Amino acid sequence: MPSAPTPTSRERILAAIRQNKPSLQPLPERIDWGAVPTNLITPFKTMLQAIGATVVEAADYETVRAHVRETFPDVANIAVTVPELTDLADFSLAVADPHDLELINLAILPGAWGVAENGAIWLTEQEMVHRALPFITQHLALVIHRERLVATMHQAYERIRVDKTGFGAFIAGPSKTADIEQSLVIGAHGARSLVVYLLG
Amino acid sequence: MKTNIPDHATASVAFNRDESYVDWHDETLWFVRQKRDRAAMALPEWEDLRETASQIKNHVLSNLDGLLEEFERKAQANGITVHWAVDAQEHNQIVLEIMRGAGAKQLVKSKSMLTEECHLNPFLQKHGVEVIDSDLGERIVQLRGEPPSHIVLPAIHLKKKDIGELFHKYLGTEKGATDPQYLTEAARQHLRETFLTRRVALTGINFAIAETGGFVVCTNEGNADMGAHLADVHIASMGFEKIIPKTEHLGVFLRLLARSATGQPITTYCSHFHRARTGQQMHLIIVDNGRSAQLGRPEFRASLKCIRCGACMNTCPVYRRSGGHSYHNAVAGPIGAILAPNLNMRENADLPFASTLCGSCSNVCPVKIDIDKQLYLWRQVLAKEGYISGVKEAGLQVAAKVLASPTLFKWTFRTGRMVMRTMPFVVGNSLNPWFDDREMPTAPKESFRQWWEKIREKANAEEVKNVEAFEKLK
Repeated sequence: MPSAPTPTSRERILAAIRQNKPSLQPLPERIDWGAVPTNLITPFKTMLQAIGATVVEAADYETVRAHVRETFPDVANIAVTVPELTDLADFSLAVADPHDLELINLAILPGAWGVAENGAIWLTEQEMVHRALPFITQHLALVIHRERLVATMHQAYERIRVDKTGFGAFIAGPSKTADIEQSLVIGAHGARSLVVYLLG
Repeated sequence: MKTNIPDHATASVAFNRDESYVDWHDETLWFVRQKRDRAAMALPEWEDLRETASQIKNHVLSNLDGLLEEFERKAQANGITVHWAVDAQEHNQIVLEIMRGAGAKQLVKSKSMLTEECHLNPFLQKHGVEVIDSDLGERIVQLRGEPPSHIVLPAIHLKKKDIGELFHKYLGTEKGATDPQYLTEAARQHLRETFLTRRVALTGINFAIAETGGFVVCTNEGNADMGAHLADVHIASMGFEKIIPKTEHLGVFLRLLARSATGQPITTYCSHFHRARTGQQMHLIIVDNGRSAQLGRPEFRASLKCIRCGACMNTCPVYRRSGGHSYHNAVAGPIGAILAPNLNMRENADLPFASTLCGSCSNVCPVKIDIDKQLYLWRQVLAKEGYISGVKEAGLQVAAKVLASPTLFKWTFRTGRMVMRTMPFVVGNSLNPWFDDREMPTAPKESFRQWWEKIREKANAEEVKNVEAFEKLK
């Protein structure tokens, strides 16, 4: 008599789960809270400042351009994925290997959505061009329209399709660590600084 | 207990040798707990969020098989290679085979408590693979040849002078330098080189989404992204309980996670991976390693709801004063103490006793795990299964007899008070570990019972008078 085939690990795990799981519990119906504040700009700005970012309200792209030139004078290797600001770029993103991005000092990217409750900004690989770009750059600037602000994470996820692209991220402030005696240090492995331009 | 690992109480003695470290550890973690409180209290819906998160996780546990199958299907459609590992050994073997398939001998790894649980690093090293942990705290403990002592703050047991000495030895920083900014910069330079040269990166997973077949990884440093986006092969490992049903549930969990962990409104980088970038391979390993057994223990299965925020550790009076290494388990603190006995009752029988049962852990848990209740229940299971030391058992048997008999109780305590008043050295000596780090209290002359018997008549008379006065007023 042929012996039964050895079950795969997948089958063994799923069988053990089926045998041991409790009876079906319902999912909660409501998953959205928080009264929507009428003014999202103030909490968004306050949060960003609290998490170590700089916020600049800019009436138009010309104001952004002027501020970038003033804040990053003589900085070379600037990569830009905001169509209106490509003239600021001196680093071409037409590279095949993301390792080539290690020289970038400043990356200027558009943000898709901003979340007032925590200062997080959502962007996908469509805005990033290279997934590594917002992380490998020494300094990061994100440009976001004020009408793209939402109050909470719940509202952000209502507007985002997370699998529309292969990668997307909420970025909240510059990279940071407190692993040495709980002293906050800005600039761990990702960007050393974040400036957010709030347009409109 | 027949094991060569020192138990929690013994290991705590080593941690308590330098009081300045213990005080710092205790106060710093309490400060993190306070930051958590401020972040939580800023949200009026905080308790609703906790309740919702708890319900979502209860659903997950009751539908794990269905959600994992849905996740696998969607992840495969996204081009992710999905592997299943029954135990740590199989997980490690899968990682090794992926490494061999890629012809790589070096791995860069971001924080993953699962790989600590599986002892992946020593396994890979044995097979000629070099592993570099890229989270700053994890890199620090790795250079010291230690495991992390906290799941969120891996090097919280160290002071900056220890890290300064370590970096001087390994990263060539100046001798005596202790400035955190300077030391972090040195680690940034050292690890940037690592990120740029490693072809395989491994990350943990905070949440895997059944609905879309993708996963979320959260870091403050950006190290998971630096590793994954620069590598040719991305391996992501998850315990199977990391699955959540829908994208909208991320809103609940991401609001809770960082606020509970460090008091931040959100982790700096919350990265959502769904497909490999062009030319990259993405592998995902779903690990059981005892989880399905824990699922089958009705009173303990809620421990699988954990989202690894560390809030229970920061608030625990025992953890704060004994340090993570005393728990001899990848996950320390209260949550570790209810997870570890499931993996090995004999080796971890001491851990559920490393608690005062004060319940603070359950109060801060963002997914409402009844941690203190489970600690109490584990003690009973461990006693029943015969994993309690003879001394503890004998002591508890005596206590049970004394507490069951009013006469014996009265006699014991009268004698105890007498001894402590007249011959304090009999109890307060080096043979009694209870007094190792404690001052002797002054024993009162009489017990509460004696005091109460004395004043009872007077108290009763007072009460009669009060009732009469009240009646008159009516």
